[in-house]
Amino acid sequence: MYHSWWFRFLLLLLTTNIIVCSIDRLSATWKIIFVKIPPFNISRFRNLSNKEEFKDNRSPEILKKIYEPFISKSFSYIKSEQTDKGFYIFAEKRRWTRLGVYTIHLSIVLMLLGGLIGSIFGFEGFVNIPEGEKKESIQIRNTNKIHKLDFEIRCDDFNLSFYDSGAPKEYRSSLTILENGKPVVQKDIIVNDPLHYKGINLFQSSYGVLPSKEFVINFMSKESGMNYKKKAMIGQEMKIPEDMGTFVIKDYMNSYNFMGHNIGETLIGILTPNNIDPAKIILPLRYPNFDKMRKGNFAISVADYKPRYYTGLQVTKDPGVWVVYSGFIMIIIGCFIAFFMSHQRLFIEVERGGKKCKVMVAGTSNKNKLRMKDNLKEIAKNLAGLT
Amino acid sequence: MNSSNLLSITTFVYGLAAFLYIFSWIFKKPAPGILATWTAILGLAGNTAGIIMRWVESYWLGIGHAPLSNLYESLIFYSWTIILIYLVIEKRYKNRIIGAFTTPLAFLALAYASLSPNIDDRIQPLIPALKSNWLIAHVITCFVGYAAFAIAFGISFMYLLKQRENEHKGLLLDHFPEPNVLDELTHQMVVFGFLFLSIGIITGAVWANSAWGRYWGWDPKETWSLITWFVYATLLHARMMRGWHGKRIAYLSIAGFTAVLFTYFGVNLLPGLHSYG
Ligand code: HEM
Repeated sequence: MYHSWWFRFLLLLLTTNIIVCSIDRLSATWKIIFVKIPPFNISRFRNLSNKEEFKDNRSPEILKKIYEPFISKSFSYIKSEQTDKGFYIFAEKRRWTRLGVYTIHLSIVLMLLGGLIGSIFGFEGFVNIPEGEKKESIQIRNTNKIHKLDFEIRCDDFNLSFYDSGAPKEYRSSLTILENGKPVVQKDIIVNDPLHYKGINLFQSSYGVLPSKEFVINFMSKESGMNYKKKAMIGQEMKIPEDMGTFVIKDYMNSYNFMGHNIGETLIGILTPNNIDPAKIILPLRYPNFDKMRKGNFAISVADYKPRYYTGLQVTKDPGVWVVYSGFIMIIIGCFIAFFMSHQRLFIEVERGGKKCKVMVAGTSNKNKLRMKDNLKEIAKNLAGLT
Repeated sequence: MNSSNLLSITTFVYGLAAFLYIFSWIFKKPAPGILATWTAILGLAGNTAGIIMRWVESYWLGIGHAPLSNLYESLIFYSWTIILIYLVIEKRYKNRIIGAFTTPLAFLALAYASLSPNIDDRIQPLIPALKSNWLIAHVITCFVGYAAFAIAFGISFMYLLKQRENEHKGLLLDHFPEPNVLDELTHQMVVFGFLFLSIGIITGAVWANSAWGRYWGWDPKETWSLITWFVYATLLHARMMRGWHGKRIAYLSIAGFTAVLFTYFGVNLLPGLHSYG
């Protein structure tokens, strides 16, 4: 799906949509955000319902000297002016947080773009490598295309281990990267710990068992009770001890169905006793006593074999991944700015009225208005307590 | 006493706390409410101890890992987070009726974990795909997000009850927080949950990339988490762009939580890499 033209087209369409929408809005917002002298409207602040009021005995001149340094501690921009009856202070901070949403939208654009880059310039494939062998071509997923790498991958060893419960514990492949036949990198990979080489990533993703080529077959004679162990290769006829005829392994099967049960990996052999018709022999690797059921002159079993594994590697290349990751980081930062930081404006007006001064603290915030209400209370309380 | 027993007991403590919150709300008695708070705190302590004990027990078994690896463990962490966030809200807003609508969710989560015969409470070793530090980051952030959405759901539900007050004068709604406070609280929880869900999806993507070489694979859980994310993104846009408030936001928040539940439980019925919960 990633690589189909309509998916790319959809990504492109979505990207364009967000960009156009955001630029359209941003061009308006930009002028508001980047101003040297933030404009403000006194009567608007005076009419706010969100305000705190208290009285103070001191004169406006003294209050102004105390308030200004206090407010400039927590607000980045501060401006004060005399009025007929006293003064006012206008302060604001975090105007730039209005850009938070654009950060988010830009991060989404980055993710989509990264996806597009990966879909055009990357690939996702797999390769199965038997232990001891090397491969330099991989199969692209969901197509029949073969992709040739410019290096070889050799699987030196594959190991798997299990917990006592039988659940898988670890799949481990020892891989060597070869350039022109010379080893350049060696690494054991496990799930969650891949090998990166030249922008191509090799992930442990599956494994399988290959028919082993050599077996040790045990013949137990019923007459003498003797056990004879003999090496056997698939397809190679062998003589049975005590001159009982010949035996040959015809086939190895990964699973075998016996009377409705899957008895797992099984060897199929042909037994040719002297002067009697050949018979098919079933030798499941997991059940060494299976052949005793036949009640023949001797029971045959598989005494030893070394399974040969192949490792299944997921092979990917995605040059867009860092673009996507920077989108990830940006969206987290953007969400934080957009949700938890706000552009706050504060307006403090002090008016002489009789013996005491009337102090009014009002303010706005572009987000989280309830929190701003608490902030104003806090600021008013602090101002009243300042000396 | 092992962690499973302790967590079963905690289930009943949460059940009692939920009952007390509801009792205190319906009968307008403050005393059971105060008792409810202490019961919830006791439950939280038991829940915390259960999580730590389970962690330690896994080391005794020689398969030490953080208790965040299967459905049982995720539910335990989920109820822990719900109660914790709720208690913070209770302290900040000094209103216990919210507890009547949120603590039952934590109780249900833990009861489902402890009592359902389908959920295995044994400590299992980690399969190879789960052996990653991203597991911890991913599960914690996702479930903190889910917990915030659960609480937003409870509060949205309260909002819908409260705003019907005009039509049906109900005495039970007397001590509810004001509708605009409920609306604001819903929004805050959604925003908080949205941030964590975003980080949860991102850590999941980074993890998938380090384990399988792709950050996104349209696995059912991935797809549904994206759908959930879009529902809440829609809610936020509706509020910020269209100025939606109150009822419509409450409905969207309930829709979002339905999507969360489906992402959490429903998707487990479908095949995929996340079948462990
Ligand atoms: C973290 C998630 C997001 C947040 C918090 C967010 C927030 C916002 C905000 C606040 C606006 C208004 C901008 C303004 O007033 O200038 C906006 C507009 C918009 N958002 Fe998002 N956004 C998010 C994700 C998305 C996504 C995922 C899409 C689409 C796939 C999207 C598409 C848009 C579009 C097209 C507009 C512009 C609509 C218009 O200008 O009429 N946003 N968003």
